Order: sequence, then C-alpha cells, then structure tokens
Amino acid sequence: MKMNRRTFLKTTGAAAMASALPISLVRMAFGEKSPAKDFSFAYISDAHIQQIEGSKFVRNWDMGLTRAIQEANLLTPRPDFFFFGGDLAQLGKREELDHGLEILSKLRGKIYYVMGEHDYYLDLGKYWESNISPLWYSFDHKGVHFVVLTSILTYDTWTHHTKWTTPMDRMLAMARLDNPEGSPFLVGEKQRAWLKRDLEKVDKSTPIVLCSHSPIQKIYKGWNFWTDDAESVQTLLKPFNKVTVIYGHVHQIQYNQVGNISFHAVMATAWPWPYPKSYVQDPSHLPNLTVPMNRADPFFERDATGWQFINLRTGNVDMHYQLPDNGNRSVVFNRKAGRPQDAKYQGVGSRVPPQTHY
Amino acid sequence: MRTKARVFKQTLWAAVIAATLVTYAAFAAPLGLPPLPVPADNPITPEKVKLGDKLFHDKRFSSTGEVSCANCHDKEKGFTDGLQVSEGINKLKGTRNAPTVINAAYLHTQFWDGREPTLEAQSAGPFINPVEMALPNHEPILKIVRTDPEYLDLFKKAFAKTGNGITMKEVEQAIASFERTLVSGNSPFDRYFYGGDKTAMSPAAVRGLDVFINQGRCVSCHVIEQTQALFTDNRFHMIGSGAKQMPKNLDDLAAAVEDVKKRGTDIAVLSNEKTSSLGRYAVTRDLTDIGAFKTPTLRNIALTAPYLHDGSLKTLEEVIQFYNNGGREKETDPVPELLSGGIRPLNLSKEQEADLVEFLKALTSAEFAQK
Repeated sequence: MKMNRRTFLKTTGAAAMASALPISLVRMAFGEKSPAKDFSFAYISDAHIQQIEGSKFVRNWDMGLTRAIQEANLLTPRPDFFFFGGDLAQLGKREELDHGLEILSKLRGKIYYVMGEHDYYLDLGKYWESNISPLWYSFDHKGVHFVVLTSILTYDTWTHHTKWTTPMDRMLAMARLDNPEGSPFLVGEKQRAWLKRDLEKVDKSTPIVLCSHSPIQKIYKGWNFWTDDAESVQTLLKPFNKVTVIYGHVHQIQYNQVGNISFHAVMATAWPWPYPKSYVQDPSHLPNLTVPMNRADPFFERDATGWQFINLRTGNVDMHYQLPDNGNRSVVFNRKAGRPQDAKYQGVGSRVPPQTHY
Repeated sequence: MRTKARVFKQTLWAAVIAATLVTYAAFAAPLGLPPLPVPADNPITPEKVKLGDKLFHDKRFSSTGEVSCANCHDKEKGFTDGLQVSEGINKLKGTRNAPTVINAAYLHTQFWDGREPTLEAQSAGPFINPVEMALPNHEPILKIVRTDPEYLDLFKKAFAKTGNGITMKEVEQAIASFERTLVSGNSPFDRYFYGGDKTAMSPAAVRGLDVFINQGRCVSCHVIEQTQALFTDNRFHMIGSGAKQMPKNLDDLAAAVEDVKKRGTDIAVLSNEKTSSLGRYAVTRDLTDIGAFKTPTLRNIALTAPYLHDGSLKTLEEVIQFYNNGGREKETDPVPELLSGGIRPLNLSKEQEADLVEFLKALTSAEFAQK
C-alpha cells in the first residue's frame, strides 16, 4: 500500500498516542475455535455517595468517583464500555443516586450497571429499575456473553419482616458489618431460573463474564463477603469452558480459581476494607491465591482505593488495578497454570509478607 | 522485597561512609539533620569541593557567557533567584521556580518532577537546556576545562586526571561534591525541638508547630522525625498547583506526552506550561502521577519566595491560604479533579494561619538568618 502524507500522519499519530499513555491493550491472536475477540473495558465500583443534608455530600466519596472517572477518560485506546459495579449510594436515597449519576455522566462511554445492597434496601430497587438499569440482564459483545446479576437479595422473611418500622431501618441494618440482625446475600430462585434459561442459548465454548456485586463464592459471612446460594450459581456456570466472575463489595484485591471459574474482585473508589483474615481471630476463607494489597495510609484518602481496566484476552480476564498512592497491580490469567496470577508477586518467595499481628 | 533490602543496605552503607567523611572532612552534621548521604563512587574531598565551587560559578558554560548555575541558585537569595520562574540566557523564562540547593544533597530525586536520581545527574541538564544555559552540547565545557590552566590544576588535584582524561563525569562529580557541602540545619526550630532550648522559638512559632503537626496536616508530607527533620517525604503529590494549566482532554494530554518523547523531559517541561503541569507523570507515565510534584523541604523557606513548582504564590501567607482552601487559591475555584487525597480544606483560623507563618520563619538556619 502506498502511503500518502495524510494516512502517514494518521497512523503515526495513533501509534504515538498508544505508546504515549501507560495503558495499552495486548492484542493476541485468539484461538481459531474461540469465537471471542480481544477487547478491553473498564470497571468502576463502590462509590458510596453519601448525602449529609440538602445539596451537601461527603467530599471524600465524591472525590474518589470523580478521580476514577477523570483517569478512565484518559484511557487510550478507548475501552469498549464501562461497568459500574454497585453501591453507587450509601443509603439508597434518590438524592444519592442522582448525585452519583451526575458525577458518572462525565464518563465518556456506555455504562452497564450492577446493583449493590446500598442501592437496594431502601426502596427494594424501584428507583434503580425505573431510572438506571434492569436488575438482571445479559448481552453479547465480540463473542463474549456478559451476565449481570443482583446477588445482594436475601430471604423474603428478612426483607419483609415486621420488625422494620421504616424502609430506612432495613437499609441501615443491611449497611452494617458484623450485624447479628443482618442476613446473608442471595441470588435467589427466580434469578437462578432466569440464568439457567439465559445460558441454555449460549454455546459452551463462548466465554462467560458474570458481574455481580457480592462474590459468588463464600469468603466471610460476617461482612457478607458471601452469597448464600453461590454453589448453585457456580453449578449453572460449570458446563462452560471459560467463566469469569467479577464482583465489587469487598473493596480490596481478591482473586481465585474454582474449577473453570476465575474470580476477580474490584476496588472501591470510596474506601478500602481490611482483609477479613487480618481482622477476625478465626480463619476466613480468603482465597489462597490472593496476594493481599498494601494497607492504606489513612492520611491519603485515595490510598488503597481505585478502579480497574480489563483486557479480555482470548476470553480470559486480565485485571489492571489503578491504585493512587498504593502502586498499581495487575492480576492476569496464566494460561499454563490455568488461573489468575499477580503479574509481580506470583511466587511465594517474592510476595509481600502479610501483616498477621492484630 | 529483595530490592528494598538491597537499597536499604546501600543507604546504610552510604550513611556509614558519610558518617566517616563527616568526621574526616570536619563538617559535623548540623543540628536537626541526619548524616549526609554520599555515593560510594564519589566521596567528598576538599579538592573536589573547591573545583565544584568554581564550576558552579563559571558563566562561560552558557551560550552567552552570562549565566552560571549561581544565577538561579544565588547564595544571597538562599540558593534560589527570587523569581517566579527562572530566567536563563537572554532572560528566557522557564516554567518552574528554582528550588534551593541547600540540603538538596538529602533528596532521593532531583528536579520538581524527580526526573534525575542524583545531584551528579542533575548538574548536567541546565547547561544544554535552551531556556537555561543553552549550550548545544557539553563539548564547550570540556574544551574549557581541558585547556584552562587553573582548571587543569584543580582537576589534577581532585581526580588525578588531565587533558582528554577529563570528562563530564568528573565535572558532574565535582559540582555534586560542592553541593553536598550546602547543608544547613540549626534553625530556631532545631534548637527548640532537638536542642532542648525551649526559648529558641517564639510562643507564636510554638503554637504554629502544633498547627503544623495537627490540624494543618503539614507534617504528613513535610516530615519531622524523632532525631532529624528534612521536611519532605521525597514523594510526589498533586496539591492543586498547575491545575489550571493541566491538559483538559485526551488529545491535549497525548500532545504533551508526545512533546516529552520528542524533545526529552528536561527540554519539554521547561518550555511549555501545559507539559510542565504534568509533573511526575512526564517521567513515569503513571496516571496516578498526573500533576504531582515533589514535596520540597521547608528549611529556609522564608528566604526562597515565591512558592510552589510554578512560583505562583508570592508569600507564605498565600501558601497557607492555598492549603486552607484545599489546594485552591480562592475558595470559589473548582476542586481539581485529580487532587491528592491528602489535600482537603483545613478550616484554620486567621490566628492559626499567622502562627503557622511564624513557625515557617523559625526554619531559617543560623548562617542565613544573620544576613
């Protein structure tokens, strides 16, 4: 092909830009059998926008979401779309959801929404469903089947219990950690039946990416790092060759491999949680694979918060955590080992020693 | 971890060498400062210091013959120049405020964006920056030092080298050695805090120290330790300075980065405000470093106005108001979107602000205070 000046400028410009910025996609030839194409998307989660009164909102949480959006807007090449992973609001109020949506409106690109318990337990998802997104849905993109679940439902007996004098009582009870009055999360029969029907149409070689707010695995019940019917959902995913579950809620780096299913947690833009194993005296089920992230310096409000961009490489997820003040991390799928692995700290010998005293 | 341990060992080793040298060269570490870090391959000798002093003040190392290092790092002005941004040959302006050389020997990186790791590496940059000393390359310097009889004598004594044996490495090492003698502690704060003299600081400055450590949140980056204070964490933070110049969108950012790649960081950042506002990002290309600049020391800060990387604030009072407003000159300015999570409105009273200024004035070392 003869290159005229115009095409030359265009192509060198694009090449320069791609290498100018820190983020570039790894374009790999994908297997002939796989219908999936490589692409990238970005994931922002757990903003916890909190109203103080009137038009006053907690500055720290506003700044976290704003920063993530500002950084994500600088990604090049552009990601195909974005996910918001749930807990846009702190107490499910319309004011909080509206304020959060206003900040999110600056994000350049399409956003898919996942619902968190902080968005749900005030009005049981009414405002969300009518103004933001369906509670569960699926779509296909470049040969990958995406499924979104609302995994933060719970038993009807709890949700509709007569002990709640107001909807806010119920919201506050679910927003607390270590609450003996709380209740474990649940995908529930209705959604599982929908998921079963949805997946019946999908070829078994099609990569599946399932996005939920809570982990579809059981880690620590006291903080609802837990979904009560996780095993039943996993069973529905078992027949597929490549499955990835991406979840928010835990505000920390976690990853795991259970059979064919890779698990990845995403960061909060609001605040980090400690690892349950450094908090509880008895052992938690934090996945063995996970190399914990550094503890946050509380002076720097953004430390140990962040967001992530994701390369979907031959149908597997490479998770790139953008962590201001904490050092970025990448957890990528190791084809040989058949599981996600931290790009830097994979070997036990090269790991950051965990903090074990409390 | 292994790398960390090695770096620690190196630092420790450097400290041991430094401690030995301090005794040998007979300049004891001033009150409030740690032992001087000196690279193992460039021990300080009186001969090198004398040579470095001469090189630092030689105006022939500029294209016009009018600019030496000392133009922007003037001893009479606390080793700065008192200008908003520095002026090189023909009064050409850069984009950044000249940082003081005093105690630069303790910094882990040099320049506002830390683009050079050592004093040695830093010293060679300004000679060939078009808005500083503007030489086409380092050859004119080598030509002078290889022929000037006075330099030949000094290089022979300092490095036992002569003629073509003299290279930029020796020039850099000599300048760095001279700069390592420009360390200064022993301020009223040091005498109060480390020397046990409770009358060394005024009551207002003592109250200011309390604001500095507590409500003002200053100490989290401008570090004070048990036995020493460098008033820097050697890290990079987006404090709100330069927010107005910062590239507003991807195309602008890509253009600025392209400029850095094409002309090199040193030339690109000093010739373009927009590129300059990228801060540490121009060096690391890490999104979290956009607009982040190195925490400067606060020692002798009363002598080194104006302030911030772009010299945009004229007085210490303005700086404190800037921080009190959460990284904004005016309360009505927009909050910078990429502002560091450490910066937020402080709610200081007028009295607290005034006390803080008094405290900052108590960081002037004895030898500069006498002037």
